[in-house]
Amino acid sequence: MIKVYTSSVIDAPADAVWAQVRDFNGLAKWTPFVAESRIEQGLPADRVGCVRNFRLKDGGVIREQLLMLSDFDYQCSYSILESPMGVENYVATLKLTPVTDGGRTFAEWWAEFDCASERERELAQRIGQGVFQAAFDSLKSLLRR
Amino acid sequence: MIRVRRSAVIDAPIERVWQVLRDFNGHGAWHPIVAESQIENGEPSDQVGCVRNFTLHDGNHIREQLLALSDRDHVSTYCILDGTLPMRNYVATVQLKRVTDGERTFWHWESTFDAPRGREREFADLVGKGVYEGGFEGLRTFLRRGTRERGRAGASDAAIATQGIVASAFGGPEVLRFEPRDAPSPGLGEVRIRQAAVGVNFIDVYVRKGLYRMIEPPAPIGMEAAGEVIDVGEGVAHLLPGDRVAYACLPPGAYVGVRTMPAAQVVVLPEDVGEETAAALMLKGMTAEYLLHRTHRVRAGEVVLVHAAAGGVGLLLCQWAKALGAKVIGTVSSEEKARLARANGCDAPIVTREYRFAAAVREASGGRGADVIYDGLGREALEDNLEALAPCGHWVSYGQASGPHDPIDPARLSAKSATLSRPALFHYTAERAALEEIARRTFEALARGTIRIEIRHRYPLAAAAEAHRELEARRTMGPVVLLP
Repeated sequence: MIKVYTSSVIDAPADAVWAQVRDFNGLAKWTPFVAESRIEQGLPADRVGCVRNFRLKDGGVIREQLLMLSDFDYQCSYSILESPMGVENYVATLKLTPVTDGGRTFAEWWAEFDCASERERELAQRIGQGVFQAAFDSLKSLLRR
Repeated sequence: MIRVRRSAVIDAPIERVWQVLRDFNGHGAWHPIVAESQIENGEPSDQVGCVRNFTLHDGNHIREQLLALSDRDHVSTYCILDGTLPMRNYVATVQLKRVTDGERTFWHWESTFDAPRGREREFADLVGKGVYEGGFEGLRTFLRRGTRERGRAGASDAAIATQGIVASAFGGPEVLRFEPRDAPSPGLGEVRIRQAAVGVNFIDVYVRKGLYRMIEPPAPIGMEAAGEVIDVGEGVAHLLPGDRVAYACLPPGAYVGVRTMPAAQVVVLPEDVGEETAAALMLKGMTAEYLLHRTHRVRAGEVVLVHAAAGGVGLLLCQWAKALGAKVIGTVSSEEKARLARANGCDAPIVTREYRFAAAVREASGGRGADVIYDGLGREALEDNLEALAPCGHWVSYGQASGPHDPIDPARLSAKSATLSRPALFHYTAERAALEEIARRTFEALARGTIRIEIRHRYPLAAAAEAHRELEARRTMGPVVLLP
């Protein structure tokens, strides 16, 4: 089981950032790699247990299930049901914490999963930088003051 | 019950910030409101349960107890025991988290407490602004000042003048020149080290001759050294000014007094390993570690042939292979070296200056030959190596002191189902995690006494050419060290 952890500082108040990321169906808006997304069975995007089905710009399709959502802690967790990445038992958490000094947001995103040991480094880089950090950078642009 | 929470981002790596904050008595150095502080009963300031007794510049006096400390999670929790401020049940937690984007630190500080009725706002501000926000600014100032001060002699944005050995051309020891050099301020991913000792290795000879094309002369040579960190550039989280460190890596350039280099392959030394020992140990010790455990996994009962058994790597191979339960046969070029090899784990040293050892190896191994040959000799020893190898044996060619090999026809290997390996340390240590493991195992072997470092040859850095002459003439035994 490997753990990938990425953190960043977003120059916007935590409630503004949370408003974007709490939308489980909103990836196409605040990440650079998702083309379109929908929630299966027409459930609301903040219903714990709902499944998002989204297509990447490079064509891959991923299905993820919302496991936890907290407007109190500014935190959500989800698992991958299907993906082309070759990972198993993948559970990720995204968490925001206000930075009172400057009215900014400390954003953390981590995932734990299993994969073939020879792919660990490649996947850690792809997920940590290619997904998490890329999404944080995209969020920064979106919320630029 | 009042809850106060403040948080900030500090532009320094988490290791640096935590080093300061984990010291429960350190706040006098960085918090502007603290006048004086001490830990009661002489306890260490990172001892859970210790009590700090301090005064503020405004005259107030407080005693606080450390309740929890975690180096893994970067958490410190403490409470007020008593004091002149009318706050009750005050418990506070400092929590740091790593900001991976930019090697910065997120600092979260929060507390809960009771204050006199009607004065809640006053105390929430005292704590939130005066203590927490004041603390963030105070620490920032301290770290900026500290990074400049801590360098002792000369951490600065300017280059530091030093001296080093440069190969002015490819050739013999006479091409080595001792000249003034500059160690520039470390940039992204770099560290600047004041070196206390430099290790001499045969690879330096290959580089100087141009046999391994690793430099374009004029350029400094050397792969191994130990010293103290003066300062680090941006993005270096694993080293701090003042750290005692060592390295064995590319690019060449270790034969200098002060060196600015990439930090990725630099490791922190255990407390009980001196810089001279480290400079004698790093490259040769890590070489022995990978040769005996990775390129070939030596098992008890195997017959191991170590060439140059009284050399820097040779002695370590004899000691370590013996400890692994192997029968160790060695080749050396003199009786004196044979005695040294035998005293260091070699069961059967063979004296030969002409690369003739196959018959003696067969005899010493009851006719079987060597299951593994650790060969730093190269070209001249090829025929006898193939002859001395046991069937299904492993010939590990890790050096070429007598000259590079010509291409070897695989048919010569199939005659014995032999395996030929041609490894280099730098592939095994390329990744940080692997480097740390190999270094750790090498230091552990030293600490256990499995391997021992005895330095018989020390030269001033300026006399590097002399050191090379002695090494090539086979007059040295064990490691050779240069002192800047």
